[in-house]
Amino acid sequence: MTNATIDDEAWQRVSAKYVIVDLIGYVISGLMMTAISFVPLVVARWEFGWVPPVVVGAASLVMIALTPRRVRSIGYHLRDDDLLFKRGIMWQRIVAVPYGRMQLVDINRGPIARLCGLSELKFVTAAAASGVVIPGLPEQVAEELRDTLVSLAESRRAGL
Amino acid sequence: MNPTFTDGEWHRLHPATPLLKGGIAFIAIIGFVIVQLRDELINSFFGADNDGDPLIWLRESGLFVPVLLGVLVGLLFFVGGFYLSWRMHSFRITDEVVEVRSGVLFRTNRKGRLDRIQGINISKPFIARLFGAAKLEVNVAGQDANVQLAYLGATAADELRADILRLASGTQEAAPDKAAAGSGDVIRDRVNELLAPELDPAALRAESVVTMNLGRVIGSLLLGDATVTLLLVIAGICVFAGVTDSPVFLFGVIPGAIGVVSYYARKFTRSLRYTIAGTPDGVRIGYGLLSTTNETLPPGRIHAVQVSQPLLWRIPGWWQIKVNLAGKSSTNGTANQENTTILPVGNRDDVLAVLALVLPSLAGEPLIGHGLLGEPGDGYVNSPRRAAVIRWFSWRRNGLAIADGAVLLRKGAIWRELIIVPLARVQSVALQVGWLRRRLRVATLRVHTVAGPVTPSIGAVDDATARELFQAITAAAVDHGSRDTTQRWRAHG
Repeated sequence: MTNATIDDEAWQRVSAKYVIVDLIGYVISGLMMTAISFVPLVVARWEFGWVPPVVVGAASLVMIALTPRRVRSIGYHLRDDDLLFKRGIMWQRIVAVPYGRMQLVDINRGPIARLCGLSELKFVTAAAASGVVIPGLPEQVAEELRDTLVSLAESRRAGL
Repeated sequence: MNPTFTDGEWHRLHPATPLLKGGIAFIAIIGFVIVQLRDELINSFFGADNDGDPLIWLRESGLFVPVLLGVLVGLLFFVGGFYLSWRMHSFRITDEVVEVRSGVLFRTNRKGRLDRIQGINISKPFIARLFGAAKLEVNVAGQDANVQLAYLGATAADELRADILRLASGTQEAAPDKAAAGSGDVIRDRVNELLAPELDPAALRAESVVTMNLGRVIGSLLLGDATVTLLLVIAGICVFAGVTDSPVFLFGVIPGAIGVVSYYARKFTRSLRYTIAGTPDGVRIGYGLLSTTNETLPPGRIHAVQVSQPLLWRIPGWWQIKVNLAGKSSTNGTANQENTTILPVGNRDDVLAVLALVLPSLAGEPLIGHGLLGEPGDGYVNSPRRAAVIRWFSWRRNGLAIADGAVLLRKGAIWRELIIVPLARVQSVALQVGWLRRRLRVATLRVHTVAGPVTPSIGAVDDATARELFQAITAAAVDHGSRDTTQRWRAHG
């Protein structure tokens, strides 16, 4: 097997609407961080007080600008015996979880995601580090995926 | 004592249980009361002045009878309460579950499934040992999910463990006849139990594969990383005190020193009577000098193994072995870390012997030896030369190998380390590439297991190789996971 096999898997993308959810999150946190970084300038009247807001603001803008790419980088793929999940552009992470290792599947909906009709699916194993959380799935897809995963896990049940 | 606890009926615990649970506090209170009364008696006999003597005051004020009655009722209440809680605390073992009912006002009922047992631990705190009692704990996966039977008779606990393991293993074999134990002489029985080795010799395939000696235990403590840190800290403080010319700082050492001494003492007593041996129902590990614990881990309950070498242990060539387990026994509380150390100190032969016990499928595998001390071209996939940027010393040693049924990760040039993860226990596999690593075309591979002291991951693997290995490990993990039969480890024979 070569390099190509993982990267060329038929990755399922998450909904494009998830960009909005992610964007709102980053805009809010960016504004808050920038506001906090004004503290040295306003309170302490520090000579170089303009530096922190500029740096934090620029970093937030970069994060916001990268949101579409970051969301596009999220992907999952149901192979025969395991679930593949990848995310990240700067810090890439690919996880493979055998279906038999599933302990439970969670579906969560945040307030903004709910407005967009999106859900987040969490695949929990006995290892805390597995950390497979697929955000931005349309509700219908998330529920179907959950049922598929549960039945796949049922047919491949393994111990701990 | 009923010899067959496993008949599916409800049984009660050792009658001395309340005393042992209330244990030291109870004895201390009684001791205090006796000492107080003795003073009162001596005082009244020798005619010391009785001013302020509560007993005399009570008698004179005419309240003596009511107060005495109150005390009696209180005592009866406590004794009755203890008796009730003992009576209400019962357990049973069926073919499927071990079940405990307890509590007088608030009833609890706990069931543990036998095929989910992660280990069985028999511990004997010193006082309980004097009474010939032992605490049996069935470890199952999950936070605070253990089933504890405290206290049982020591021999009953041993038999019960063997029975539970036999039921859990799924074997069709009948229970072996139990030897009629006990000479009828209670004191001699107690003494024999106290002096007996931690391992029941009849149940063993072999004697303990590792023998500890005093010199090695002391040496391992003196050469351990804790000692190095301690010396550095002391040197730092001395220099600081010398430079600032204020010896007051030397007192700062004292609290730290107390902590370090207790740490050494605990490690010492735990390591001294360490034994490890294989039984048909798993590896049995015994520890402890005065308070003893003795844990049986059935096959397939070890999720990751780490063989490591603190810096100064290179001189004598010693290693220690730690494991990740899904079930954690609560008996060692604060020193929980110790519970996962299955070999406190041993040389290369000891390491190989212990690994052969805990990972029988790898016995005789040359990759293990190479994993301890590697040489070029020994079957490990090494880091590329360009990884020297992030692995200054260890890029040559850093390596990964897939053997039959396990992944082996070798790393660390200064603190040598070998991590072995049985493929049947792998929860998931991750491949991570950060920004710097992408520049260097290397990747980090992580094998996720249940939480524990061992974190199996290896950085700086060549990117393309890492992707191949990722595919290979995931495929092998699925394969071994589906073929794994350790749930009922003796079901076929």
